[in-house]
Amino acid sequence: MYGFDYHRPTALADVVALLIADEDAKVLAGGQTLIPTLKQRLAMPSALVDLSAVPGLREIVAEGDGVRIGAMATHAAVARNALVRAVLPGLADLAAHIGDAQVRNRGTIGGSIANADPAADYPAAVVALDAIIRTDRRDIAGGAFFTGLFETALQPGEVMTSLFFPAASHARYAKFSNPASRYAMAGVFVAKRGDAVRAAVTGAGPSVFRWHAAEAALSARFSADALDGLVLDAEGLNSDMHADAAYRAHLVGVLARRAIA
Amino acid sequence: MSVAITLTVNGAPVSLEVDPRLLLSQLLRDELGLTGTHVGCDTSQCGACTVHLDGLSVKSCAVLAVQADGADVLTIEGITGPDGALHPMQAAFREHHGLQCGFCTPGMVMGAIELARTARDLEEATIREGLEGNLCRCTGYQNIVKAVRAGAQAMREG
Repeated sequence: MYGFDYHRPTALADVVALLIADEDAKVLAGGQTLIPTLKQRLAMPSALVDLSAVPGLREIVAEGDGVRIGAMATHAAVARNALVRAVLPGLADLAAHIGDAQVRNRGTIGGSIANADPAADYPAAVVALDAIIRTDRRDIAGGAFFTGLFETALQPGEVMTSLFFPAASHARYAKFSNPASRYAMAGVFVAKRGDAVRAAVTGAGPSVFRWHAAEAALSARFSADALDGLVLDAEGLNSDMHADAAYRAHLVGVLARRAIA
Repeated sequence: MSVAITLTVNGAPVSLEVDPRLLLSQLLRDELGLTGTHVGCDTSQCGACTVHLDGLSVKSCAVLAVQADGADVLTIEGITGPDGALHPMQAAFREHHGLQCGFCTPGMVMGAIELARTARDLEEATIREGLEGNLCRCTGYQNIVKAVRAGAQAMREG
């Protein structure tokens, strides 16, 4: 690791002030991506601003017909939370299968979503459920949050504080994990709210995206066989030593069906 | 920059000044001499460095020492009874020969203790899924799974 300063403020305003005063400072949440990245010298922040002492960022509370989850809630906390399991069991199930037990005890929902790894699981839920991301200054629609490879709508110095997930009559995630890294080679989250169906795909492209053709077919008839004959275009999908684009396109079709069944 | 931290390690208070770059695994091994916590991959995959941080298993190579300020850390050295008796999970690993070379064992035992506390059941599939974060390069998983089940049953009965 390159050297860096370390701050652990106890107020959100101080976090924001530190980030605005130093554009090379980075937010530290659970650190399960950031610390391995620092160890490989793939990042050289001047300072880390640790969110762990800011009160209220881990709370999970009922709100309207959905659930509000603090940005610092760990994957383990989301997975076992009774409210999340009752309102959105598919989201709890997604959290229960991120990484491994030790990673889930440290990694946070806000950290994962702000990092916007193309193979992360949570982005699919954020887009499919059209979650609302709350920051220190505004609310951002889930569908507009992910803007590219490791890129989000967050501005410099902007800090995510919580996420609101609306209830859904159907919300389920299916993924095909890389056997070594556990990251999704492809993952599909299908959500149905009222008559609207969203199918969000992670792991397969440079950033999470919606499979609009599948959404149209499922809106007409919400059944796995509504996807018969439908194949995702492999153009522009990720291709690497683990899976080529055509294989990922095939996986997305299989996983979308599993996320409905 | 150095940061003053105070934490509890295996029940004893520890205060020292650390570089923010120092990993919890390095603090335990290099500063405190607790070399029972092994560093295998140092890329947060193998789980050999698993310790408990405020009661939860974590990979100490993916935690900064400064993040453990104010926390309660438990390592493999801290789980034996006051009379030196093996923890039920350690005893089960010995009884069922849940190790070959032994390098992964401290992390396996620490991970298994939390698994025993939180698992919904002790079926083989549950144990294997619960140990996904711990790798055994000898591939000695058969006996590790047996040992974890026996150790967890002993913990739950004890």
